[in-house]
Amino acid sequence: MNIEVRLFATLRTGRFKKEVQTFERTVTPKDILDQLDIPIEEVAILLINGRDGQFDTELLDKDVISVFPPVGGG
Amino acid sequence: MMRYSKNENMLTPEENKSLKNFRVAVIGCGGLGGYCIEMLARLGIGSIVCVDGDVFDESNLNRQLLSEEALIGYPKAKAAEKHIYRINSNVQMTAFDMMLTEENHEKILAKCDVVVDAVDSIDTKLFLQDICEKLDLPLIHGAIGGWYGQVSTIMPGDRTLDLVYKNKKSIEKELGNPSFTPGTIASMQLAEVLKVLLNKGEILTKKLLFIDLLNHDYEVLEF
Repeated sequence: MNIEVRLFATLRTGRFKKEVQTFERTVTPKDILDQLDIPIEEVAILLINGRDGQFDTELLDKDVISVFPPVGGG
Repeated sequence: MMRYSKNENMLTPEENKSLKNFRVAVIGCGGLGGYCIEMLARLGIGSIVCVDGDVFDESNLNRQLLSEEALIGYPKAKAAEKHIYRINSNVQMTAFDMMLTEENHEKILAKCDVVVDAVDSIDTKLFLQDICEKLDLPLIHGAIGGWYGQVSTIMPGDRTLDLVYKNKKSIEKELGNPSFTPGTIASMQLAEVLKVLLNKGEILTKKLLFIDLLNHDYEVLEF
């Protein structure tokens, strides 16, 4: 199963912008974030295929997840 | 008026005339707020309400348009009022040198047409979403952190910020803000304000424009 992972802003630091990752078993966005050492509390927006998603959703082959950090200054 | 002659070709005469009848509140007179207030005044919005209970400190000088060395320790909202009267004395400025609260927001936002989010905390942004929904007011959200920023137009009931802030540990606390990000995001907010007031063009309702000035990523997310 291939999942495209897109990281934005500071989450790219030391990681990547976009990468297709292959998994032998079912995974959730939380599993992928854990593997990338991204704590859930550092994620403000999680999209699955461009729509608001949940951390515990079981992903399907060719799904795309996009992950953004909280931007809150003024 | 010659003052607005450069606005006249992008808006109809009726739209131009209508701007003086609008009242826009800007909550926060710091990085985003300073630019927003100045652009509203130069655009010719008739009445501007500016709200901030803070005073300028030295660390504001790198980016906050209204800050000056001579104004360290001076209230930001009062500085906004004085600054705008030097630019456009036709604008009715109402400055509140206080934070917006559960107790005072109805009075402060009375008769406003649109509210601009220029505050620097995620909790306050969510509070603004709540009170604008209650008062049936459009909220033009803006937020910045380092090279990054975002804009959204939140109509009453949209609750877009509930999806935008699943977590609230802002990267701005680590990255700070440079001189250019506030002006970029404030400009986007002002275009949204004008389009909402004039019911013109496409607005970012149930959408979030996310901007990465470091890598030139400009994403419009849909919720």
